[in-house]
Amino acid sequence: MKFRTTLMAGAMAVSAIGFAASAQAADIKEVQMLHWWTSGGEAAALNVLKQDLAKEGYAWKDVPVAGGGGEGAMTALKAMVAAGNPPTASQILGYFAVDYAEAGKLGDITSLATKEGWAKVVPTALQKFTTTNGKWDAVPVNIHSVNWIWLNKAVMDKIGGTEPKNFDEFIALLDKAKKAGVIPLALGGQPWQEATMFDSVVMSTGGPDFYKKAFIDLDESALKSDTMKKSFDNLAKLRAYTDPNYAGRDWNLATAMVIKGDALVQVMGDWAKGEFKAANKEAGKDFLCYRFPGTDGSVIYNTDMFAMFDVPADRKAAQLALADATMSPSFQSAFNVVKGSVPARMDVPDTAFDICGKKGIADVKKANADGKFVGSMAQNYAQPPAVAGAYHDVVTKFFHGEIKSSDAAVAELDKALNNAK
Amino acid sequence: MTTTVAPLAVSTGMRARSLRGRLQDVLPKLVLAPSFLLVLVFVYGFNLWTFFLSFTNSKGFTSTKLIGLANYQKLWNWTFETDPPSSWYTAIVNMGIFGGLYVAFCLILGLTLAILLDQKIRGEGILRPIYLYPLALSFIVTGTAWKLFLDPGIGLEKAVHDWGWTSFKFDWVVNPRMMIYCVAIAGIWQTSGFVMAMFLAGLRGIDGEILKAAQIDGASAFATYWRIVLPIMRPIFLSAIIVLAHMAIKSYDLVLSVTGKNPGGAAELPSTFMYSYTFTRNQMAVGSTSAVIMLMTIAAIMIPYLYSELREQ
Repeated sequence: MKFRTTLMAGAMAVSAIGFAASAQAADIKEVQMLHWWTSGGEAAALNVLKQDLAKEGYAWKDVPVAGGGGEGAMTALKAMVAAGNPPTASQILGYFAVDYAEAGKLGDITSLATKEGWAKVVPTALQKFTTTNGKWDAVPVNIHSVNWIWLNKAVMDKIGGTEPKNFDEFIALLDKAKKAGVIPLALGGQPWQEATMFDSVVMSTGGPDFYKKAFIDLDESALKSDTMKKSFDNLAKLRAYTDPNYAGRDWNLATAMVIKGDALVQVMGDWAKGEFKAANKEAGKDFLCYRFPGTDGSVIYNTDMFAMFDVPADRKAAQLALADATMSPSFQSAFNVVKGSVPARMDVPDTAFDICGKKGIADVKKANADGKFVGSMAQNYAQPPAVAGAYHDVVTKFFHGEIKSSDAAVAELDKALNNAK
Repeated sequence: MTTTVAPLAVSTGMRARSLRGRLQDVLPKLVLAPSFLLVLVFVYGFNLWTFFLSFTNSKGFTSTKLIGLANYQKLWNWTFETDPPSSWYTAIVNMGIFGGLYVAFCLILGLTLAILLDQKIRGEGILRPIYLYPLALSFIVTGTAWKLFLDPGIGLEKAVHDWGWTSFKFDWVVNPRMMIYCVAIAGIWQTSGFVMAMFLAGLRGIDGEILKAAQIDGASAFATYWRIVLPIMRPIFLSAIIVLAHMAIKSYDLVLSVTGKNPGGAAELPSTFMYSYTFTRNQMAVGSTSAVIMLMTIAAIMIPYLYSELREQ
């Protein structure tokens, strides 16, 4: 009897030691990453991160996704998570991160976040997407903002234009271009592009407080207000300055029109800068970047994040290494110089950036301090996908004349957003 | 020892023979079983799952909380929202336009091409693959090519202007109200060659004696085709219509690539509606409901049609 007990205890001890040893030995030195940054500049930017991790001894494994855009990747991710086999991390956008967090699928990297003091350097409004109930479960890679306009400098000089400071000056500038025989506004007539432009128009027409009330709080009186109606009227004014073939055009083709000098200006997020860069154009010399007229001082943001999934214990170390490397100031600077966006932490020096990047960095700091740093409705950073989708519907239907008046548009917006809530 | 072994050997032999016989009986079933099982689970099983989801409040992820017919009610209301048109209303109208044109024109063009090719012409071996090859392209390639070709700024309209006919105007592909017709054009271009091949095979299968008899009786060429050839080819119409109808209903990449992501919400089809609600807008239950309605609609058309066609055999 005694002998048997000793034997069993011994066996248990041995197996326990064995288990502990194997757990330690099996710490997987590999980061599985789902992303859709596969083209030119973006892939090069991500390589920086791969090399940083390689230095620490972590291998990088791409989770393959068929197709380019984020939609296919989101579907693939959903399938992986549903099957209980999440990647270490995944590139993720806006409310999709919140969805996964609420479904309890994300991990916890709060210890690292506290140690590194991320809460102080990441803009407050953005932390809504990277934390859940005070727990960090995602890291932001960059901050894009949508309220920019991009102008061809040669065309600007030819027509003698100056930086427009408000919406009326913008219209006056577009008129000048029209008289000179240039297409004033390069627009891709796809729902998301029209809605992205409308974000800026609303901000310009109603200011940041109105924007927040209408799109962040979904306040009924703001949605139905005369200011919203005026925003739709302003959007309709812009329609008169496009070329007739804009419907269905991709955004980068619209950017190309500005690059070639066929068109004066495009209203687009700062990812448009990548296209200018790819065409070897220099900020300030070949093209100009201004805030959308009447929105200077405010930043309507969207951001790329890496969501950290709830992975088994043996993959947690790699996950923390990935999060740490992603948030390091050197990577944030190197990546965003290439990507055209600005760093997601506000303490990164702007020395490596061009003038648009420098302005972007300064704007983020200022807007965050003033409470004018708000999520983009069109890009899914103000409301969940259902509401943002309804918003796209209303804006695009108004823009293409399916909704005939701004009165009807306001009524329809209120109804559609309430329906989708 | 031997006495025990011998009967054993005999019985094994007998069993082996009957085993082989039995194996021959079950072999077809055995071979079909895996695919049958796969179809059962992945087609019919998931049909039922989708049907179940349409009664739940699933959003980004599946949920099993039942909310009755609320989703159906939502879609039913959207069906009658015409000003401004709801996405679902547009999807249904577009399905009618696109599906109708696509099936009708593919049949007409396919049949005409087949009859013309069947006149024992020279170079048939070259012409046939030329008409058939568009099918080798994926819909997304077809769609992108047609989008560029029809784009007024760079495609057909510009070319005609450059040739001197400056009043020529063809801007359907950038006009949200006409876009769906461009989708139909691209689809018809892609598939009519395939329908032609089906009809051509049917025409080749017709007994020449019958045609000769008709000729002797003095029937005109038109009457021969209308009264003899087409009725014989009825089974081919059946297969062609089934193939075309399901391609029309499931067409998704074609509409997105031709229209450029659906500007003005005017190029919505039930398939794009279903995908966007299920996967990008996180309203999975509404998406499932639309999928169930699509299935019901197809069933409502196809089952009576199949019944009437197959009953006679």
